[in-house]
Amino acid sequence: MGDAEIIPIGTRGRPGRGTGTRPSAAARNLAPKSRSGAAKQTEPTGPTEDAPATAEQPRADQPGRPPAAEKPAAESVIPMLGDDIIPLATAETTPTLTQRLAVTEREAPGGIPVGDLLSAFQVAAREVFGEQWESQLAHFLAFLRRRLTGDYVVDEFGFDPEITEKFFLAAIRPIAQKWFRIEVRGAENIPAEGGALIVSNHSGTVPVDALMTMASVHDHTDRYLRALGADLVFRLPFVGAVARKGGATLACAEDAERMLAGGELVGVWPEGFKGIGKPYSQRYKLQRFGRGGFVSAALRTQVPIIPLSVVGAEEIYPLVGNVPALARLLGVPYIPITPLFPWLGPLGMLPLPSKWLLEFGEPIRTDEYDEGAAEDPMLVFNVTDQVRETIQQTLYTLLMQRQSVFK
Amino acid sequence: MSGRTVLVTGVSRDLGRSCARSLASDPSVDRVIGVDVMPPRGDIGDVQFVRADIRNPVIAKVIAREDVDTVVHMSVIATPGSAGARGTMKELNVIGTMQLLAACQKAESLRQLVVKSTTTVYGASNRDPAMFTEDLEPRRPARTGYSKDVAEVEAYVRGFARRRPDVTVTTLRCANVIGPRVVSPVTSYFRLPVIPTVLGFDPRLQFLHEHDLNRVLRHAVGAGIHGTFNIAGDGVLMLSQALRRLQRPGVPLPGIAFGGLGSALRSARTADLSPELVQFLTYGRGVDTSRMRAELGFEPRYSTAEAFDEFASTLPPTGGRTERLLAAVAERLPEVNDDRPPALTLAGGSDG
Repeated sequence: MGDAEIIPIGTRGRPGRGTGTRPSAAARNLAPKSRSGAAKQTEPTGPTEDAPATAEQPRADQPGRPPAAEKPAAESVIPMLGDDIIPLATAETTPTLTQRLAVTEREAPGGIPVGDLLSAFQVAAREVFGEQWESQLAHFLAFLRRRLTGDYVVDEFGFDPEITEKFFLAAIRPIAQKWFRIEVRGAENIPAEGGALIVSNHSGTVPVDALMTMASVHDHTDRYLRALGADLVFRLPFVGAVARKGGATLACAEDAERMLAGGELVGVWPEGFKGIGKPYSQRYKLQRFGRGGFVSAALRTQVPIIPLSVVGAEEIYPLVGNVPALARLLGVPYIPITPLFPWLGPLGMLPLPSKWLLEFGEPIRTDEYDEGAAEDPMLVFNVTDQVRETIQQTLYTLLMQRQSVFK
Repeated sequence: MSGRTVLVTGVSRDLGRSCARSLASDPSVDRVIGVDVMPPRGDIGDVQFVRADIRNPVIAKVIAREDVDTVVHMSVIATPGSAGARGTMKELNVIGTMQLLAACQKAESLRQLVVKSTTTVYGASNRDPAMFTEDLEPRRPARTGYSKDVAEVEAYVRGFARRRPDVTVTTLRCANVIGPRVVSPVTSYFRLPVIPTVLGFDPRLQFLHEHDLNRVLRHAVGAGIHGTFNIAGDGVLMLSQALRRLQRPGVPLPGIAFGGLGSALRSARTADLSPELVQFLTYGRGVDTSRMRAELGFEPRYSTAEAFDEFASTLPPTGGRTERLLAAVAERLPEVNDDRPPALTLAGGSDG
């Protein structure tokens, strides 16, 4: 009955309006007399258990008989209850006064109208899940139960695709699309399958750019970006656990090579804390690209390196100051001071809504180098520089194309 | 090689005893001699028990007299347990291994040494790679208890392998052994009615079923392959996932409180949350088992999840009320089939 028109009981499809002299159509229909007449028409379908199912039949056969046939349709909004509620449903369709009284007698002292609650629940379920609410709800429950019984699989890095897809990405996506209005260019440079290493600039005081890149990559290629994070990430409670569930792992040669060899799409931000913690005055100036470890990992596993330039992340939290003493005390790389933080408290943690541009560059192939290439430091440095220069030049180009920070 | 004589240390403990028994049932093994300070707690079948302390040179005489050609060293213990305090445990582990290896070095007849080590040797920290391979070192050298003992034991074993190149030395780094009958710090932790966890951390765990431990020891004795191997069931479980499978409630505690609780539980003798176990339950650990398959040629029968499920099935759930409620609701709803889209059902419902 997905196509059933739902019409409020008693109005016969018309909005009830009294003329002043006569009661409205709705009011007349509610009166016991006319009601019994309406119920008589549905009588043949019977007040039995299979009422809603058989009531469907005549309606399908005679589509040109609107008012009488729509009656059962309207009522079937409410049933679909367990066996225990059936007396209530029959009472509604039965015209006799005695049964009606019996129902009121039974309901009144009970206090809790179970049937009403259940029908309210059904209406609510229909509102939330749409017409196919039963199977939708069953799917949702199956998901809940799977989570509650631990009946799901994580990979060896602790990556939980279900949670990532349903919660993390679902939470990040609106921020990426509505707040930062991310524009992705060159997504076709990301291979559809097989290992690849996405190398990006890093900025923004808080590594929001990594999250946004993960969401954008998944939206454009349907692949999960497996981020490589600093060891600090995995020392922090909650952050580390969420990072692992979201597919991140420690940025070390072993893990990078294991993921790349396993055909994953790996993301790395080689500037690390030097990149995100640089002052606002140095925005869009790439820092040193680590020790080139990411290049040797790509060389060893012979996967392409895809340079990614992110414009916009620098402006979300303009870093104007730092408290080195406190940072040392807490064992973190820096304590940020932005024009809004910590002055505005939690409000200062709101990122500024800058306009973001993500451009994936052409893949740099590494499979043409011979076996021992990863052991050649000069070659590794050269490739590192090549990647870095590509990203820096693309950043300048993107900055020229950008109209303003927020547009 | 027929007529082999195998000497197994640490048979007073359940794992050592069951391993000795399974070796005794192996047709290629002639005799199995079990050695320990205390007599075994249960039936040891065909195993010949010799009461000897591996911490003193008597063990050399046993090896020489019985003409032992294979030694299986299972006496590296994770918890002092009945042996007494930490000092005794260290004595047993480190001095015991030293004496045993000294005796082995003198024994001309010896052909093979199998040492049951543990993945605890890798430690657990936030700087760990996701999966440890055999040639990786722990990121932080062990400073405490069991993991330090194991690191020292392995160092002595490596020294022995250098001095006796004619002896095949197999070191098996086994993940946490789990099973319905296993008593270990990890299993007693999971047997707590309400399980404390470290707030904000969700470690990755790997388990090895006790049957697989016996199988791998037998396999190692039979195959005689030199080297160090990680032994663990396939896949990983997150701690949160494990608790849900157990249907037991977890109580997240801040890291510091968790350590304090550890010593409280230890003095109450309900569980033994040693510092290295606390580290493990904070950061977790994974080991790479490709060498186990490729070189040792061993395939565990139970995956990590299967091994844990078998262990979990023996424990009564103390939580899981929400799940049972949801199950009751789900029964009233149509069957879920993920392969095809949900079938069109009558809004009125045909079952009502």
